[in-house]
Amino acid sequence: MSAPTLPRQSSAASSAPPRTEKTSALKAEGRAGWLFVAPFALFYLLWLVGPTLYMLVTSFFNTSLVRPGLGSFAGLANYREMLTRPEFWDALWHTLYFTILTTIPLVVLSFVFAVLANRVRRGKWFFRLAFFLPYVLPSATISLIWVYIFTPDTGLWPAAQTLFGFDATAILADPATAMIGIAIATVWWTLGFNFVLYLAGLQDIPRELYEAAAVDGATPWQQIRFLTIPLLSRTTTLVVLLQIIASLKIFDQVYLMTQGGPGISTQVVLTLVANTGFTDNRIGAASAASVLLFVVIIAIAVGRQLIERRQERRAA
Amino acid sequence: MATATTGVSAAAPQARDTSRDAAQKRPSGRAFNVVAGIVLGVFAVIWLIPSLFALKASLSSNGDAALGAGTVISNLSPTLGSYSTLLASGDIWDWYLSSFLTAGVTTVLAVLFASMAGYALSKLRFPGRRLVFAAMLLGIMVPPQVLVVPIFQMLDGMGLLNTYWAVIFPQVPTVIAVFVFKQFFDGLPKEFDEAARIDGAGYWKIYRQIVMPLSGPIIAAMAIITFVGTWNNLILPLFVVSNPELMTIPVGLATVQGSFGQRYADIQASAILGALPLIILYMVFQRRIIEGVAGSGLKG
Repeated sequence: MSAPTLPRQSSAASSAPPRTEKTSALKAEGRAGWLFVAPFALFYLLWLVGPTLYMLVTSFFNTSLVRPGLGSFAGLANYREMLTRPEFWDALWHTLYFTILTTIPLVVLSFVFAVLANRVRRGKWFFRLAFFLPYVLPSATISLIWVYIFTPDTGLWPAAQTLFGFDATAILADPATAMIGIAIATVWWTLGFNFVLYLAGLQDIPRELYEAAAVDGATPWQQIRFLTIPLLSRTTTLVVLLQIIASLKIFDQVYLMTQGGPGISTQVVLTLVANTGFTDNRIGAASAASVLLFVVIIAIAVGRQLIERRQERRAA
Repeated sequence: MATATTGVSAAAPQARDTSRDAAQKRPSGRAFNVVAGIVLGVFAVIWLIPSLFALKASLSSNGDAALGAGTVISNLSPTLGSYSTLLASGDIWDWYLSSFLTAGVTTVLAVLFASMAGYALSKLRFPGRRLVFAAMLLGIMVPPQVLVVPIFQMLDGMGLLNTYWAVIFPQVPTVIAVFVFKQFFDGLPKEFDEAARIDGAGYWKIYRQIVMPLSGPIIAAMAIITFVGTWNNLILPLFVVSNPELMTIPVGLATVQGSFGQRYADIQASAILGALPLIILYMVFQRRIIEGVAGSGLKG
């Protein structure tokens, strides 16, 4: 709390003689600062801080959509219910399963594609178009495309499976593979984001390093192994953590492609939250589930900031 | 830096010429690059197939599209039938209007407010500045998707459900944009605004007439990214808007699967129509979008 007054004191002290003029100028600057921040701060408080607090409060009440007000105090009952409900653990596991299924290929493939693209002289715009354009499309568009591709018997996917000598499968209709189908569509959709981050990271590696390594007789593979991978470690940390956070928030593709089915085989935390809140009208229980996911995501985000700070300190 | 570069690259060819080992390695390096190009080309084509297949299906008749992938690919007489059906039916126009309005207004407010806050954090000393900065650092971690239930209730309490504002307001605070703007303004030379201060210009005038005009590229990048993000948001409009006339493109597309049934060509055509404005935006502003995404690390 003492921090905000510090700059004012120090600058007032450094300019002793025309005191009143300076302090009034500083006051004007202070007022201007708040006026500039105010519109954003208002929306920030109302639509980020407000809902977060409201979610925390309602998670301790039997709040319902069909009754006005908070409802009766529930204590920890909502949390106890969620943590003992097999459905919640299933949804949490499906969310983690999806995160694993997507994070690994999304990090590995985008790295490989970026490293390869960096070695190709011509046609970079083409690779950027091919890999990045899907990322700009709405989740609704990619879901309609992939549901059509996965259509049992007549779709492009079963046709390709037959072409390459596999048995044609109904990937989204089988509880054992439905999440894999959603993961394939997601990898296709969002790979471009990581690809672009890696390309930006590669641009920061000085060319001389490769030239020097080539002079010393390093093969391209050795250059990648001993130069590119270690020098991109900061980008990799960023990509992995952003990817994990994004995957944990999975909602769109599940809602659009399988609606959590077949059965509840692709039910994830956010679709469970939406069902509990908007279909069962049980806001309190939905909030408790939201808080649990919120805590996991915040923990990873805090971890990201700590790791980045350590890396910055080491780099400095 | 520049001298080091020329030094190394000037020395390199000589070293390669004199060492026989290195001379043998060079073709293998070139071969590696050729292989890299081929492998990447194959993957790029694989990556293009789903979009091209959807496009081809949208240009087929509903009957052909239902017959299967083979028919869709081999059919050589494209038709715009699905597109004319959709554009004539009118639903898509409602969705376009909602999406353009909500994404447009959100983008204007988000970029204006974020750039103002970024300017204050970068150039102005005011009491509580550190507190604001810390609050932003916390806010960057909050996942808005998880807040959909309380946001729904707040909108309900304000009587804003089923209005465009319900889609606009919650998306205005884009914390990352504040940081991007602050970082950009930090790099602007101090002399500009100091000179203007001496000339007696107020802060608002400096922001509007000096800082903003110097920030064209970053404003464009943030505006495009915000527009694309708002256009593509599904979870918020899905729950806060139920009136069909107010549906945005993603919400409208979400109803298509159920209501169109087996009309596969119509489904693919609506998927492509819903994405068309963004595809055009990408074609025009490819560089800005990619720089903006790489610079801010924004991810849904």
